[in-house]
Amino acid sequence: MTAAPALAPAPAETTAAPVRRRSAGWVPVLPLLVFVVLSFGVPVLAMLNGAFTVKDPTGGADSYSSANFTASLHGAYLTALLGSIRLSAVSAVLASVLGLLLAQAVVTSRFSALREAVLTASGVLANFGGVPLAFAFVATLGNSGVLTRHLGLTALGWSLYSFWGLTITYLYFLIPLMVLTITPALDGLRAQWREAAQNNGATNGQYWRHVALPVLTPSLLGGFVLLFGSAFAAYATAAAMVGSSVPLVTLQIANAISGNVLVGQENVALALSLDMIVVAGLVMAVYLPLQRRSTRWLA
Amino acid sequence: MARLTARTRPWRAAILVCSAVYFLLPLAASVVFTVDVPGKGPNADAYQQIFGTAGFVSSLRLSLELAVATIAIVLLLMVPAMVALRLRAPRLRPLVEVVCSLPLVVPPIAFVAGIGTVLRWGPDHLATTPFFQTFVAIQNPSFPVVLVLAYTVMALPFVYRALDAGLRAMDVRTLVEAARSCGAGWPQALVRVVLPNLRRSVLNASFLTLALVLGEFTVAQLLGFRPFAVWIVSVSGEQAQLSVAVSVLSLLLTWMLLLMLASFSGGRAASRTSTKE
Repeated sequence: MTAAPALAPAPAETTAAPVRRRSAGWVPVLPLLVFVVLSFGVPVLAMLNGAFTVKDPTGGADSYSSANFTASLHGAYLTALLGSIRLSAVSAVLASVLGLLLAQAVVTSRFSALREAVLTASGVLANFGGVPLAFAFVATLGNSGVLTRHLGLTALGWSLYSFWGLTITYLYFLIPLMVLTITPALDGLRAQWREAAQNNGATNGQYWRHVALPVLTPSLLGGFVLLFGSAFAAYATAAAMVGSSVPLVTLQIANAISGNVLVGQENVALALSLDMIVVAGLVMAVYLPLQRRSTRWLA
Repeated sequence: MARLTARTRPWRAAILVCSAVYFLLPLAASVVFTVDVPGKGPNADAYQQIFGTAGFVSSLRLSLELAVATIAIVLLLMVPAMVALRLRAPRLRPLVEVVCSLPLVVPPIAFVAGIGTVLRWGPDHLATTPFFQTFVAIQNPSFPVVLVLAYTVMALPFVYRALDAGLRAMDVRTLVEAARSCGAGWPQALVRVVLPNLRRSVLNASFLTLALVLGEFTVAQLLGFRPFAVWIVSVSGEQAQLSVAVSVLSLLLTWMLLLMLASFSGGRAASRTSTKE
């Protein structure tokens, strides 16, 4: 911005544009597209192909069928898929509610330093998944964790390596993500709306029920879907923390890829991956329109 | 308004205190865990052992090398493409936006399943062709190029957003036309006019990519390589204190990077409505 021209900020599509040399405009874009096709398209296509391929265990001849999908939706694989969905849904709901409360507390605060600090911290923590997060919680609430030892939590039946242990851990990056997602929407709630509601005799509760929450709904839903997606795709945290004591689809895929369970399950892993992509694709299909809708209120 | 906020204050304090406890406790506990070993009393042995532990230096160096290579490739691919989209091929913009968002739809674990499948083609089908050498070369354990390719793909969404925000904030067309009418060639206009204005976005993109590569575990572990995050997990079995100590350090490192990023993007851009992006 420092060197921005002092000219009027004309929109990019002014009619004064020079003669378009359309022939060469796409050349700098080409390497990017080629790269994505090779490094991303080929693996994804290979996965698709493998997911529909069944190896004949005796002859070794390949044939196309949907047997892998049938397998991926039965038995232990189905349990893992449902476990992942349940864990993601529960932690996303909790994080949405807690994130909304925290964001509201910060947005209405008079201290702008607090607001800046919380938003910056959220930006940092939302990116904080994976191995260090797992170890921080192992050191805190694991079997020999500091809190577990000092408060004698094991005697109370606490285990970090369980559904709720993972939920508490996931909240650590999901809540900040929600704060980041919902803060612009909360900023978009105009003071005039609250005043108007009050002038018409609305209580605080009525204002939230009839004015604020309907306006926030697209952002909240969009945020929830985004959180669900990140929890669903998370692997490193769970792998470093629970091993495989909680059935999760990411852990199942990892086991099947590395041939830990049974030989010849690689293609079921590919089918499971495709199941995940379908879920993630649905997440995006819901999230993007909601996000577009919610930006209307933030103008 | 003042009356209302006054009434809701206890609420807010409770929420803020609970959040502070929840977010600070694991960090504090991690530090306590590393220095207060049961039966030995407080000491800093775990931190002193770090550098002497086998694999620490080599895995960290591998991660840093991978990060540098990834940043270089992703910027070389994206910066010319994004500038060209602004200047000369606006019709391709929706396509590139979709292409750069696609990695968000494919979770890393699914992506690595696909990569693994492709890599198995090497020995299975291509053993007699020249491609085989390529397959071997990109899996060289001392510098696995395949990880760089995967990380570049995974970084595309972030880099796209960072560069897009930077290009939105400047009038590329006018700048380039001014440079061109002063006699600059295309490369000169790009390097000496557009890039300096994009500096902050490029820096943002680099930091985000660096954080991504340093913390990446899924792809590297499942392909059998041993950069930093995989190494931490592999030592955690025998040396719990040490692995937590290294995590604490790597956390501090990553956070410093991301805070630097936040201050870079928040500092001079304060006048811009960066929160809306």
